[in-house]
Amino acid sequence: MAGTEGITQQELNNSTGETRDETDSKKNDYLQSKVEGKALSKEEKLKLRKEKKQQKKNKKDDKGPAKEEKAKKPVPVMDGQQAQQQKAPPTSPLVTPEAPPTGEKSGKSKVELRADRRARQDVDRTSKQGKKGDRSQLASTAKTKAPPSEPQPVVKRLPEHIQADDPAVLKKVAKKLERQQIPLRSDYGSKVSLFSHLHQYSRKAPLTQQMSIPSTVIHPSIVHLGLQYSQGIIAGSNSRCIALLHAFKQVIRDYATPRNEELSRDLVNKLKPYISFLNQCRPLSASMGNAIKYIKKEISNVSSNIKEEEAKTTLQNCIDKYIEEKIHLAAKAISKSAFEKISDGDVILVYGCSSLVNYILCDAYERGRKFRVIVVDSRPRLEGRETLRRLVKKGLSCTYVLITAVSYMLPEVSKVFLGAHALLANGYVMSRVGASQIALVAKAYNVPVLVCCETYKFCERVQTDSFVSNELDDPDDLIVTRKGKTELQNWQDIPSLRLLNLVYDVTPPDFVDLVITDLGMIPCTSVPVVLRVKNVDQ
Amino acid sequence: MELQAVVMAAGGGSRMMDLTYSMPKPLLPVGNKPLIWYPLNLLEKIGFEEVIVITTKEVHKQMNIDTKMKLEMVYIQEDADMGTADALRHIQQKIKTDILVVSCDLITDVALHEVVDLFRAHDATLSMLMSKTHEFTETVPGQKGKKKTGEQRDFVGVDSSGKRLLFMANEADLDEELVIKKSIMRKHPRMHIKTGLVDAHLYCLKKSVVDFLADNKSITSIRGELIPYLVRKQFSASTNSQKTKDDSEKNQKKTDLKTPDIHISSKDEDLLDLAREKSCWNDHRGDMSDAYHGGKLRCYVHIMEDSMCYRVNTLAAYIEANRLAPKVFSEELPIHPTAEISEQSMVGADSIIGAACHVSEKSSIKRSTIGASSCIKEKVKITNSIIMNGVTIEEGCNIQGSVICNQAVISRGADIKYCLVGSGQCIEAEAERNNEVIVGIDQLMEI
Repeated sequence: MAGTEGITQQELNNSTGETRDETDSKKNDYLQSKVEGKALSKEEKLKLRKEKKQQKKNKKDDKGPAKEEKAKKPVPVMDGQQAQQQKAPPTSPLVTPEAPPTGEKSGKSKVELRADRRARQDVDRTSKQGKKGDRSQLASTAKTKAPPSEPQPVVKRLPEHIQADDPAVLKKVAKKLERQQIPLRSDYGSKVSLFSHLHQYSRKAPLTQQMSIPSTVIHPSIVHLGLQYSQGIIAGSNSRCIALLHAFKQVIRDYATPRNEELSRDLVNKLKPYISFLNQCRPLSASMGNAIKYIKKEISNVSSNIKEEEAKTTLQNCIDKYIEEKIHLAAKAISKSAFEKISDGDVILVYGCSSLVNYILCDAYERGRKFRVIVVDSRPRLEGRETLRRLVKKGLSCTYVLITAVSYMLPEVSKVFLGAHALLANGYVMSRVGASQIALVAKAYNVPVLVCCETYKFCERVQTDSFVSNELDDPDDLIVTRKGKTELQNWQDIPSLRLLNLVYDVTPPDFVDLVITDLGMIPCTSVPVVLRVKNVDQ
Repeated sequence: MELQAVVMAAGGGSRMMDLTYSMPKPLLPVGNKPLIWYPLNLLEKIGFEEVIVITTKEVHKQMNIDTKMKLEMVYIQEDADMGTADALRHIQQKIKTDILVVSCDLITDVALHEVVDLFRAHDATLSMLMSKTHEFTETVPGQKGKKKTGEQRDFVGVDSSGKRLLFMANEADLDEELVIKKSIMRKHPRMHIKTGLVDAHLYCLKKSVVDFLADNKSITSIRGELIPYLVRKQFSASTNSQKTKDDSEKNQKKTDLKTPDIHISSKDEDLLDLAREKSCWNDHRGDMSDAYHGGKLRCYVHIMEDSMCYRVNTLAAYIEANRLAPKVFSEELPIHPTAEISEQSMVGADSIIGAACHVSEKSSIKRSTIGASSCIKEKVKITNSIIMNGVTIEEGCNIQGSVICNQAVISRGADIKYCLVGSGQCIEAEAERNNEVIVGIDQLMEI
């Protein structure tokens, strides 16, 4: 009993053993046999050995000529072979593109070897067809090319802006920018080692220093925009997106299709250097990224038989519609939902300056709710002052504290409203640095945390910590002069001192109780659902 | 197209008539290059490809500048007595976008992007360049007594960031007191007033300003009238959406200036305003108003500290510029290859010899500039001087700290100290002149 079990186990092992290394399968077999050791008899052991030898021989035969042909790519071929032996039909496209006739010649000619291999593959296919016909077919319909269960090395491409310490990537980026005629912005100051993979720029060295003054390569409104981004005049997710779309409207207005080109393709190519330029001035936000995707899609969908003027007006109307729908109407919808969550006598805590949260609070106040607000602020941006100004101007009664006093204020607070820069696909909230602190402390005091975010800021990225992908602001912002003395004036001369000025941080979904979006009030973990629905819509 | 460059080269040089009565100011040699070469070089280095040059026909005839840019010459009559604003009005048809106005007598190596960035980032109506005054150390020929100071001082008021221009007045316009409007103090309680600044006469102006000039013919000078008007207009009540019922002309002026770029549709302007409204940035803090106090007209200034900036409109400035400009702008050899210099002469390292010069033996030239086709005979000592083109200096002369203009002849054995010898003049032999301005009799009559 045990013996047969052992054997069937080993058979299974052997069939799946092709997925692992030979050593592994041998080990497992050995271990298995050890476990059921006394059950195996001598004959069974012999049988095992024979079967193993057979398997090895089969494998060698398959691999052999392939290996001789291309010693260069043994792994994919092996994987291809193995994958092939697992699931039948469309793996031949997997193998044949991976086996181009490379330089090395074996005894037989390449064509003959290929023919041999194909014949063998057919035989294997038909033998396996019966066993795993259904399963493999399902798998194949789903993904034709992708490897199923084994660890085929998937080439993961990291975005370039988080590889600032990799010289190869830097060279690539420099080449790309040179091709697009955009100057490269150089990093400034020594970075904290944990964040050395991110770029750190100085506000005193703008990109325009290296560009010609009547900018010919980049449209003037994009240069204006880039300057406004890098100097912080336009800051805040919604604001940056609207300004970007405004600049794109100018670009489209001034665009003229060159001869022999199509608007749908040429305009997208024209936008690429502009986007690189803006990225150099300040890394793009998630809202900007989504807006750019939308515009590119709209441009490529412009049909080629309508006139240029008409196409341009259509595009501009699309942009207006996007802003109207995704920002204005979304704000109204969110405000309506949030109104239900704000009750009379509430004490609401807000952090930093979020245009959406300000809108919600002002709207609720106008509609007659009685509540007061605690504005929490943090250095070096001190954006809370702007929030304070706007709310007080409206007539709300406000309290202003720095983030260091948050745990003193929380016993009074009934709700926390946070804005978001982006909502990631795993439910994490990316917001201004300090927001996760507030959410954490609020959780400790059992105060509900509500995040308000429009759906166009939902992003397919996944991030679980604030280190992987972030933005480093100008470290000189941390320097403050009090009573004529500037302590950190020569911080660069001290070799062991690094200044860190982070911009974003990431809040886990356990600390967020509710996300108010224009689609309704959803829990944080439903973000992937929204993304999926959006993708299906598009 | 983002910016159009305009070079004003029609001015007379009224403050240094001794130099300019024979040669127009744009062509005065500084470091053996005509004065107008310096602003054109500045524009070319930055990346301008086309420049509009407003000048007279005579200047253009004598001008030979090789530059890669396309120079579009606009001629005005020499005796038309046009102010700089009048000149702008003259070329209003050619102006299609925002402009950068430079005067021909500006010698500077400033990073112009600082001025233009202020213009772009804050969507300013005016952005200008100013520099800290440098003391002139060289003795100026013909100057008797102390230098005149305090006459032409400019009072410039900037806000605490040092960039926003709040107040500008010239001492000549003020009687005894400096008057500052309450509206300015309410919006900018901290204002720094500076007096030791030189206006570089480099302005970035919006197109709407040029259009406004076209309608208001009473403004003749940019520096004298337009700039103070714009600076005052930032805080005038009417630009902040209040209507005043003064004479209709004034009203028209105000409404003209209120509308920003005319060709942008109003919807787009709304978008920009919306973006700014949602942005969490403010240029000031402490009061309840929005960024820029909601004002649409903004004037900015960039005050240079370190680099060189000279406006060559007085004799002192001219001499100083001659001393320092070649050090910064020297691309060619100090001694022109076609100059013939005999071996026994001594030419100092910081001297510049022009083309086809002739320097004979035993002459010594120190810290001086010799123009083209000049002839220096033997045993001449030239120190700290500026010799222009076609000058003949006979043997045994001793020239110190002087300016010798075109075609002058200094006869044998003359001893010239701190003098200005006008164009075509002839100094008799064995003359001894000290601290004099030697010009022709007819020029004396002009003054």
